[in-house]
Amino acid sequence: MAQKHQTPLLDELEKGPFPSFVKEMKRAAEHSEYAQDLLGQLELSYKEKVTHWKHGGIVGVRGYGAGVIGRYSDVPDKFPGVAHFHTVRVNQPAGFFYTTSALREICDIWDKYGSGLTNMHGSTGDIILLGTKTDNLEPIFAELSSRGWDLGGSGSAVRTPSCCVGPGRCEWACYDTLELTYQITQKYQDELHRPMFPYKFKFKMAGCAVDCIAAIARADMSIIGTWKDNIQIDQDEVRNYAQSGMDIQKEIVDMCPTGCMSWDGNELKINDEDCNRCMHCIAKMTKALRPGKERGATILLGSKAPIVTGALMSWVIVPFMKMEPPYEELFDLVDRIWEFWDEHGKNRERIGELIERLGFPTFLKEVGLDPHPAMVKEPRRDPFFFWSEEDIEK
Amino acid sequence: MDREELKKVIYELVEKSMGKKKLKQSDILKKVSADHGVDKSEVKAALRELLDSGQLIFTYFGGSYVEIPPKE
Repeated sequence: MAQKHQTPLLDELEKGPFPSFVKEMKRAAEHSEYAQDLLGQLELSYKEKVTHWKHGGIVGVRGYGAGVIGRYSDVPDKFPGVAHFHTVRVNQPAGFFYTTSALREICDIWDKYGSGLTNMHGSTGDIILLGTKTDNLEPIFAELSSRGWDLGGSGSAVRTPSCCVGPGRCEWACYDTLELTYQITQKYQDELHRPMFPYKFKFKMAGCAVDCIAAIARADMSIIGTWKDNIQIDQDEVRNYAQSGMDIQKEIVDMCPTGCMSWDGNELKINDEDCNRCMHCIAKMTKALRPGKERGATILLGSKAPIVTGALMSWVIVPFMKMEPPYEELFDLVDRIWEFWDEHGKNRERIGELIERLGFPTFLKEVGLDPHPAMVKEPRRDPFFFWSEEDIEK
Repeated sequence: MDREELKKVIYELVEKSMGKKKLKQSDILKKVSADHGVDKSEVKAALRELLDSGQLIFTYFGGSYVEIPPKE
């Protein structure tokens, strides 16, 4: 298929040493009318410095209120191939583990019904299939469903839960992030497909404080692996690191954020009471140090990107929870949090914003959590709960 | 209140609010439950039947709402 539109501005983006999305779109345009007109419309947007997309509206598959994001061109006469250019979100497998045949299956379906362009993965974690027509939505959904795939979350719904690779590939995982992600996905199917909240709600599961899934910055509920007891130390391996040239004082002890370590040239000592489980030393000395044996997760709440109001980071609401099937304690907590949000949340107000508006003491009281010194809003800041008049009298 | 009657109440609520206020699912559950003394889970089940049958649809305009589908 010959190039339909001249794209001098986009062509500039092919010239650098970096991978180019323009190059990929041009490859797709060799056999896709969607991609042809997408290049044309994008060139126009670059030229006029204004978007030509209209977003939202009434598109979806019957019975679901999530999983399809409506997108229309406001210049359909010029670019009929992208008059409709809806995005389909497909629920990714936990930990992003695929077989090659599964990837081929997705791509074949998308070549048949859509633009062939994908985003692996969107920031929520879903497989993002970019660009199709309204008439193709039901057939795509039918074909995906018949092969065991499902749509992901969008709008004011639970967003597709996502997690790090967990115990699938990582020895530091303090709980089975893959299993929990699967169980949350199954448990909250209704909340995922049928938007019922004031706004979106994201779960992200990280196996340890390294937080490869960036849960603390992105998820309304961040479930981050941790341990209760002492870091496991192999002193022989510590000495091996020192003999191999590692400056343990400078690279490990002096970098400890709580200053809970010491090194006398022969033995590494850790005062575990002062350790905040940041994972720095473990990540640097992988052979010598390991997380403790009594493992679980810290539950944090409230992070979000700056969409309606400013960005927030998650903060601790439960310092330690055992994270084992059937996860009843966690699900019970989630239900209480949603009840609080449903009762008080304004339209398009995330849970973190609601807590900021009503105050943390109100949240703790209504959700039935006891205040704890570990409930810090930011590292090395005072806990932000307050004493009521009644408490002072006691 | 039986299921069909409940569905009628929900549909009429959505119909009446059209052009005035977009309703979220939680608005419908709260309003119908309070006005008719029906448990929210029953309202939710009735609403789901209306959505599954296509009599009501979800729309997205910054947030997600429940509306009557436009006439073809």
